[in-house]
Amino acid sequence: MLLLAVDTATPAVTVALHDGVSVLAAESQVDARRHGELLLPAVDRVLAGAGRALGDVTGLVVGVGPGPYTGLRVGLVTAAAFGSTLGVPVHGLCTLDGLAYAAGLDEPFVVATDARRKEVYWARYADSRTRLTEPAVDRPADIAAELAGLPVVGAGGVLYPESFPDTRAPEHQSAAALASLAAERLAAGDTDGFLPPLPLYLRRPDAQVPKNYKVVTPK
Amino acid sequence: MADEPLVLGIETSCDETGVGIVRGTTLLADSIASSVDEHARFGGVVPEVASRAHLEAMVPTVERALKEAGVSARDLDGIAVTAGPGLAGALLVGVSAAKAYAYALGKPLYGVNHLASHICVDQLEHGPLPEPTMALLVSGGHSSLLLAPDITADVRPMGATIDDAAGEAFDKIARVLQLGFPGGPVIDRLAREGDPAAIAFPRGLTGPRDAPYDFSFSGLKTSVARWIEAKRAAGEDVPVRDVAASFQEAVVDVLTRKAVRACKDEGVDHLMIGGGVAANSRLRALAADRCERAGIRLRVPRPGLCTDNGAMVAALGAEMVARNRPASDWDLSADSSLPVTETHVPGQGHAHGHGHGHTHDHDHVHEVSKDNLYS
Ligand SMILES: [Zn+2]
Repeated sequence: MLLLAVDTATPAVTVALHDGVSVLAAESQVDARRHGELLLPAVDRVLAGAGRALGDVTGLVVGVGPGPYTGLRVGLVTAAAFGSTLGVPVHGLCTLDGLAYAAGLDEPFVVATDARRKEVYWARYADSRTRLTEPAVDRPADIAAELAGLPVVGAGGVLYPESFPDTRAPEHQSAAALASLAAERLAAGDTDGFLPPLPLYLRRPDAQVPKNYKVVTPK
Repeated sequence: MADEPLVLGIETSCDETGVGIVRGTTLLADSIASSVDEHARFGGVVPEVASRAHLEAMVPTVERALKEAGVSARDLDGIAVTAGPGLAGALLVGVSAAKAYAYALGKPLYGVNHLASHICVDQLEHGPLPEPTMALLVSGGHSSLLLAPDITADVRPMGATIDDAAGEAFDKIARVLQLGFPGGPVIDRLAREGDPAAIAFPRGLTGPRDAPYDFSFSGLKTSVARWIEAKRAAGEDVPVRDVAASFQEAVVDVLTRKAVRACKDEGVDHLMIGGGVAANSRLRALAADRCERAGIRLRVPRPGLCTDNGAMVAALGAEMVARNRPASDWDLSADSSLPVTETHVPGQGHAHGHGHGHTHDHDHVHEVSKDNLYS
């Protein structure tokens, strides 16, 4: 097994290579503006760092979000094109599940990431491997009471301390955690644990049906 | 001709996911998935809707193109992609995909200019471009008059619209007339049954002191709208066919007049017309007529190659390979405002041996990328 994992759903551009036993190489850069520029060079460095070539990869793992739009698509289209060219499967995982796995908590908690527009993407977990709710997007103040007392993992907690007083590491997504989770599920034959490699936007496109034609004749 | 470069081109600058494959100047495949129907109710292209559609369509469209061309991806000599100009989020899907394919296949990547591609596509129809080529590019996104001494390295802007693109004017007038989106085809059709001389709509920027090669369609648009509103206010029927014909005549009159003048001024004896508006039947007819009278040879690709497509990107990519232009780096950016003078985006590690055009400094790259994430 050789898994290449990528995730661009959050400000982190993160890549990891996993051989089914351990992470061989990984790197993350946090730069919300440059996912498109950063991802491919990072893939190249991670492969080179492990002394492997893309052609050795037996499966792709990709974070499907939720994430704010454009950056999210960079990882998804890259994984899809790799998968198609190499003829290997592309396994989707919820980005929040990677953060949960990295947190390593065995008590109930919440993962929250930055959804911009003063909102967070979030889900509840029973422990670091078990998500209890579908990912959602909300204003922190609207969910603070419901989640009171639960630790919050991820940048969503860091950004809104008044709503989420008990924050826990990590703040940023890592493809290493995503790859480890995927390797664990594949080894267990848990194929239901994967999502189709399609984006979770959780929001409709910003688009307004234009109002009626605006008259140009001066009154 | 098996030694001519075999190149796959990806185009996602607006609402068409296009993948084309060419060998030199021979078209092997031209595969398109369009999201135009999803934009219709919004009366224009919605960037986020277009970007989502590109992601869904990308891999299937590439696979379809390879099948149609009957070639193996392993045999490609390069992957070309529109690096700009266009919608930032839409470009990013194509650029990311092109990098992934090029990397996975071990092929060079060529980030190319969308406008230069619109010109280069004519090689697939009428053979190698004369040098220099005079080109009139007209679509919903662009209205430019360009002089191209070398399509891979030297494209010079002669003039451009100072307000609306020509195709945008068609869309807006179609909206005033309640004809739906996009406006070009329906206005073209109605205009055939109307009188182009029925109403004397203004010709923008055609005065003796106006910029000789620039265009303006905003005043025309307002004038047409006012004329229609006056009819409606008077309780009269709007003669839709005559309005369509007279409006269209005003647009194509200015476009062809300025394009022919540019050819004469520069001593160029042929003109190529591309972009979606080049599918307009009256533009084609009037351009043919005026070029013939001026002794200019007109080259217009068939309508399917005038609108945005992957074949045009592949055509320019093949020319880049044939002329040994440097490939792009893996950190190639999608640049929504890539200047027309930058025919392609060569890698930083390479000498850019043509004097004309230069890569962006980093500040510019960062600034342009700012709107990439939350478009
Ligand atoms: Zn175009």
